[in-house]
Amino acid sequence: MDLEIIGILVLWTFLFGYTMIASIDFGAGFFNAYSEFTGKEHILSMIIQRYLSPVWEVTNVFLVFFFVGIVGFFPKTAFYYGTTLLVPVGIAVILLGIRGAYYAFATYGKTEQKRYTFLYGASGLLLPASLSIVFTISEGGFVSIVNGEPQLNYWTLFTSPLTWGIVILSITALLYISAVFLTWYAAQAQDERASQLLRKYALTWAFPTIIAAVGIIYILQSHNPTHYANLLQLWWVFAISFIFFLGSVWLLFRKKNYGLAFILLVAQFAFAFYGYGFSHYPYLLYPHLTLYDSFTNEAMAISLISAFIAGFALLLPSLYLLLKLFLFNKEYVRGRASRHY
Amino acid sequence: MINEEAVYYSRILTELTLSFHIIYATIGVGIPLFIMIAQWLGIRKQDEHYILLARRWTRGFAITVAVGVVTGTAIGLLLSLLWPKFMEVAGHIIALPLFMETFAFFFEAIFLGIYLYTWDRFANQFKHLLLLVPVAIGSSFSAVFITTVNAFMNSPQGFDLLNGELINANPLLAMFNPSMPTKVSHVVSTAFMTSAFVLASIAAYRLVRGSKHVYHKKALHLTLTIGLIFSVASLIIGDLSGKYLAQYQPEKLAAAEWHFETQKQAPLLLLGYLTDDGDIRFGIKIPYALSILAHGSPTSEVIGLDQFPEEDIPPLYIHYLFNIMVGIGTLLIIVPLLYWIGVKRKWTWIKSKAFLWLLVLGGPLSMIAIEAGWWLNEVGRQPWVLYGIMRTAEGATTSNQVELMLWLFSGLYIMLGIGSVIVLTRMFNKNPIERELKERYT
Ligand code: HDD
Ligand code: HEM
Ligand code: HEM
Repeated sequence: MDLEIIGILVLWTFLFGYTMIASIDFGAGFFNAYSEFTGKEHILSMIIQRYLSPVWEVTNVFLVFFFVGIVGFFPKTAFYYGTTLLVPVGIAVILLGIRGAYYAFATYGKTEQKRYTFLYGASGLLLPASLSIVFTISEGGFVSIVNGEPQLNYWTLFTSPLTWGIVILSITALLYISAVFLTWYAAQAQDERASQLLRKYALTWAFPTIIAAVGIIYILQSHNPTHYANLLQLWWVFAISFIFFLGSVWLLFRKKNYGLAFILLVAQFAFAFYGYGFSHYPYLLYPHLTLYDSFTNEAMAISLISAFIAGFALLLPSLYLLLKLFLFNKEYVRGRASRHY
Repeated sequence: MINEEAVYYSRILTELTLSFHIIYATIGVGIPLFIMIAQWLGIRKQDEHYILLARRWTRGFAITVAVGVVTGTAIGLLLSLLWPKFMEVAGHIIALPLFMETFAFFFEAIFLGIYLYTWDRFANQFKHLLLLVPVAIGSSFSAVFITTVNAFMNSPQGFDLLNGELINANPLLAMFNPSMPTKVSHVVSTAFMTSAFVLASIAAYRLVRGSKHVYHKKALHLTLTIGLIFSVASLIIGDLSGKYLAQYQPEKLAAAEWHFETQKQAPLLLLGYLTDDGDIRFGIKIPYALSILAHGSPTSEVIGLDQFPEEDIPPLYIHYLFNIMVGIGTLLIIVPLLYWIGVKRKWTWIKSKAFLWLLVLGGPLSMIAIEAGWWLNEVGRQPWVLYGIMRTAEGATTSNQVELMLWLFSGLYIMLGIGSVIVLTRMFNKNPIERELKERYT
């Protein structure tokens, strides 16, 4: 396998990890704020504190890993994306800051306040919107090269249906992923009320997600025909993804085995995510930048991959320990084990 | 193409973000060590005071880490957003330590999450203590790796330049550059030193405020003892950093010392004021000291600014930054030393309010020294972002929206700064040690 492919696979996998766990995190914040707003208070806040507080820093490192890794493996992306993404990513960083402040001040510092809860919930919806702009831009048509410098055309960006399609998909998908996970987590915690509430949210957001995804493929047909053709070639990947989707919706609908429903959901998104990724190949930014012309030198690539293997060997058992303690430990999940510190 | 305005605002935003991050990062690097020592002492001596010390430090630490993570994520992304051309070059040669740093973060974040939420979950307390080891390793190594990147910016090596193209990259050679040993060790030891004095400040403050509790006395004694060790270490390594500069970045040392003419038996200048025609007034000259700092011998020759073209000379105000750092470093050796001798000799004035206030000041002062040290290091490298290879202005973005971002980020930092101070003070004032001891053990 080319070093380029290994590099992008590693990065894409961590990005997938980030989209899944960050969706859970962002969505939980939104549901929490929403239920406070509609008077169903505190059904969710306990679950959020039990699961999210210990892991949010780990979630954040997945993002850090991705943006550090991409500059390492594909240094030219710093030039193209760095110059153009200042505003959308800058805003995303500020929103991440607001979320971090919520964890720091409200959960560690124990100063729960409506204002924080609201900000925390709202940031969860705005973040996918601002981060997903990166996907939009990568489709090409929004960046032009002026005097050798890439420039983002904000007007074209904000008037393009593709932009809004992707924003809608990111929000619906996030709410769906988060609701399915939390349905399972609440069921584990034997919190029937929370579980049913979340199941309802999950079913609400299931079909809008699929509609948004199909809508984007339709828009791509005219926006980026090459990419559209590549997507169609991989139709079977998306078909498998859709079957997984039906499976998890059915389980949710029949109130059965929420754990399996969540696993099917991960499989659904994995197929869609990698399918999308492969169809994007070889471009990192249509039509300016490919994997190959932005790749780092061989010595660096080999040392990064070696570091990755060593680091990963340390990381896996640690992650396993974390999940074992906070996700699969029934005592903890049900709130029996002490969580004082 | 260089967009002057973008360069200007990118500089300010970078300086602001790093100066803010470094406060939390320094505490983040240092404090795990102290929690570990306190918890270990507590288990060994079966002394609840030390255990509680560890617990209360941990609670504060959780908050500072969270702010460190947020600001660190900001600076990580901002480096690519504000300095895309610099990061493109850096990505080719020095991406390795940056990448390894993310594993250090993973390690730290995972075990910190576990450690925080598993007090009282282990029958054997040593097991809980063990969870802190990866936290301490992770945070120290994140400092080691990122400082390695910074060292590379000061003394780049590990590649060849051919017509502006970088070839023959050697990532390991780039990592182990000449500035790396002194820089990494100085940064790590000053982080431990600063954390010690910050924690000592808190204990001293409680004592000033009239608490007679032995808990605070134990805290003070522990932190000042370790603090003294690291201040001495910082001084020694700081001296080695000076020798590094004399050899590899002589204009930085010369600018920091207002050493204009190359000469032997060079004196060290303290304070002073530079007139418009380049005369130094009101300075204190210590004969031979600069030669000793630079080369370890009073007669050796120290290169002056006369050897460098105007456009390569860094701003001369770094002289004051250097003085501030070294002054505070010296003070923070004398003060804990007096305290220590005082304890042994039973001097009573070390319990006086005035002396305790001096100890309260130690924390903020060491933080000022950290800021001064970094500003010295970074401003002293100017006009280069990659010493001798790339000028700062060439590395910057050309985007027109940097000013807007500067305002937004300033707002974020103000919120985080004020928020963390309020939350930390409220947390400890609402739950003073006397009350917590009573609640737990009666
Ligand atoms: C508590 C903080 C603190 C204290 C007390 C000192 N330093 Fe320091 N110094 C730092 C914190 C620091 C730092 C923040 O860690 C720097 C900035 C970048 C770096 O590498 O370390 C630094 C840089 C730095 C440099 C510049 C290195 C370079 O640019 O490559 C020199 C020459 C010294 N120090 C020397 C000293 C001496 C002789 C000290 C005598 C007491 C001293 N420092 C105390
Ligand atoms: C350890 C890793 C660090 C890296 C990779 C780094 C990177 C940079 C870069 C790219 C610049 C050029 C932009 C500019 O001129 O503003 C810069 C300058 C600067 N940095 Fe750092 N920095 C590091 C640490 C720090 C810290 C911890 C501080 C502050 C406490 C700091 C303070 C500054 C200042 C004040 C300048 C401006 C110099 C000037 O423009 O005159 N840096 N740094
Ligand atoms: C350009 C310079 C820097 C960059 C790009 C940077 C990047 C980051 C990032 C991305 C994080 C968040 C990691 C997470 O999500 O857990 C972070 C946190 C941290 N940084 Fe920095 N950093 C810089 C400078 C420094 C310096 C100079 C030090 C130490 C001397 C340092 C020490 C730490 C530590 C210990 C943490 C963990 C959080 C904490 O304990 O407060 N960083 N940094």
